[in-house]
Amino acid sequence: MLEMLKQSNNPEICKPLVEAVIAKSKEFQKKFGRKPAFMEVCGSHTMSLARTGVKQCLKEDVNLISGPGCPVCVTDQRSIDAMVALAEGENRIICTFGDMMRVPGSNKTLLDAKIAGKDIRVLYSPIDTIKVAEENPDKEVIFLGVGFETTIPILTLMVGEAEKRGIKNFSIWMTTKLVEPVLRYLLDAGEVNLDGFLLPGHVSIVLGENSYKYLVDEYNISGVITGFETAELLTGIYKLIDIALTGRAAIENNHPAVVSKSGNRVIHKWIDQYLTECDEAWRGIGVIPKSGLDLKPEYDQFNAKKRFTVEIGEPRKTKCRCGEVIRGLISPNECQLFGKACHPMNPIGPCMVSAEGSCAAFYQYMRESY
Amino acid sequence: MEKYISLAHGDGGELSNRLIKEVFIEAFGDGNAALFDAASLTISTPRIAVTTDSFVIKPVFFPGGSIGKLAVAGTVNDLAVSGAKPAFLTCGFVIEEGFPISDLKKIVTDMAYEAKKTGVTIVAGDTKVVERGSADGVYINTTGIGIYENNNGCSLEFEEGDAIIVSGTIGDHGIAVLAARGELGISVPIESDCASLNKMLAGVLTSTDGVRIMRDPTRGGLATTLVEIAEDFQLTMKIDELDLPVKEEVHGVCDLLGFDPLYLANEGKAIIVVANRDKEKVIDILRKFPEGRDAVVIGSIIGKGKGQLLLETPLGSKRLLTRLSGTMFPRIC
Repeated sequence: MLEMLKQSNNPEICKPLVEAVIAKSKEFQKKFGRKPAFMEVCGSHTMSLARTGVKQCLKEDVNLISGPGCPVCVTDQRSIDAMVALAEGENRIICTFGDMMRVPGSNKTLLDAKIAGKDIRVLYSPIDTIKVAEENPDKEVIFLGVGFETTIPILTLMVGEAEKRGIKNFSIWMTTKLVEPVLRYLLDAGEVNLDGFLLPGHVSIVLGENSYKYLVDEYNISGVITGFETAELLTGIYKLIDIALTGRAAIENNHPAVVSKSGNRVIHKWIDQYLTECDEAWRGIGVIPKSGLDLKPEYDQFNAKKRFTVEIGEPRKTKCRCGEVIRGLISPNECQLFGKACHPMNPIGPCMVSAEGSCAAFYQYMRESY
Repeated sequence: MEKYISLAHGDGGELSNRLIKEVFIEAFGDGNAALFDAASLTISTPRIAVTTDSFVIKPVFFPGGSIGKLAVAGTVNDLAVSGAKPAFLTCGFVIEEGFPISDLKKIVTDMAYEAKKTGVTIVAGDTKVVERGSADGVYINTTGIGIYENNNGCSLEFEEGDAIIVSGTIGDHGIAVLAARGELGISVPIESDCASLNKMLAGVLTSTDGVRIMRDPTRGGLATTLVEIAEDFQLTMKIDELDLPVKEEVHGVCDLLGFDPLYLANEGKAIIVVANRDKEKVIDILRKFPEGRDAVVIGSIIGKGKGQLLLETPLGSKRLLTRLSGTMFPRIC
């Protein structure tokens, strides 16, 4: 596997691939009179494309647009305010992924709350929340359940474990989101013109290749499931252009070593057992019906939203355009705050702070001042 | 001797006296320091170097070292990269009530061993005990005094084409400590690179007059340290991603967690900017020492006036590197 990964980043393989993508794009441009445009759904794609230099190498020939696949970036501001308010309650331990710590709510971040003395812990493995709950029986231990299909299995695992061990002081604040409803939203809204999607490798391990059939059947748009290494990204883009040139839509699996046709059945079983669809609010979009998953009513004892009441005001309005970045309408540097008022040390919106955020990727890897 | 540190060990009375005699002097030796409130030192040079650093690390023992080894090596390296020969150290301990004395003994033994190996003498110290909960185990401050024997060896006069050398693989310490905290849920066979580099760097300085600057890339990692040099001296520096020495295990953990090895802490590495003509000579010297066996050229100075650090990706594109922005946090997926 390691050897495969090394090969996948080997410049002797990747440089000719860049040339091949550019040549293919020239064909497309000759035929259609414009550059092909693809959306990378996943935030990790956005980061990888920028970090490895793929975006920079292809900028004249392929329009790569960041999509709504960063779990932190799509978290509604009201939701972040609620998490901060939750953390400020008495006798609680909040456990979270590190990405969430610096995301600004209307007035403060989780990091601000931690500095002010609240017990907020960054965990490398969410399942450790169970251990924290066992070690602190006199406190309420709450995990902030932010994420897409990739995160959902571990959340169900935590609930199962808490149930098995009879833990009463553990719960999850669910704000998980699903890929299909947001892709449908973008396609229905028709705000951005696309020739296809670079479909997320991690999420597709759970969903499987067949789950994207609706893209072709209902929207006549293509998708290529792609991993995160340089050669995989480049071949994924090449395949997207190749399909677009034929004028037909198709789904291809460019990550077959780990993505199967029907996805991970075990995880699907867990989801069926513990979770139910719910409406979710997306930053910059609003509520998309049935775009999230919540715990089923029989697991209310582990549902923090049922156990705790938080009061928040109207979210503070800023000039942050993260919502438009997520929808693929603008590039990060088109936001007037980018690189000035908003930078990694003082993020105004989540796209600048998340390890998968479009603005963070642009700021870290694509600013041209040399 | 008691098993645990109590507040009385910091009161200046009998227990304090026993702690000093049975733990610190036992490990460090008393020299003439115990006779006066201050150590009397003879330093025959017109210029000395002084540096101070405080060490707070969790856990205090980690693969490849301890807070004691770190407290000596860290300060020794600050002197060594400044071109000075480390000569004397002082140390101050802040210890939490309840800290096991057996652990304290291990820590000071590590300090004594590292000091002896390095050739520095620990000449003065201080101990404070704070209530349980007011500190996290033990904190150590060390102040180092170094001697400039001839000159500082670093010209600080840069030219285009100067080579940037790193003395070994980056990020080992950051990942080793992270793994030692047991929070990753995975075992990583990585040891900290924690080491004193004074003898190796003295070897470099005595062999060439082409060294422009030396730095140790500790907190903030290689990228932050190089950005500081680029900005301080208004240089455009370029490093090549393909040449960066990173252990596969470190790469693996970074990929998993969304960390960048360029920003991970190192505790036994040096960056040396040297005249292009001397780069092979410097690499040869570094590789003669175990701490420098993986030394490589990672880039060069490509211009003056802008104060920026560029990284060339394997695909040939360039990107701007900046300082570490806050703490690196693990990502969601």
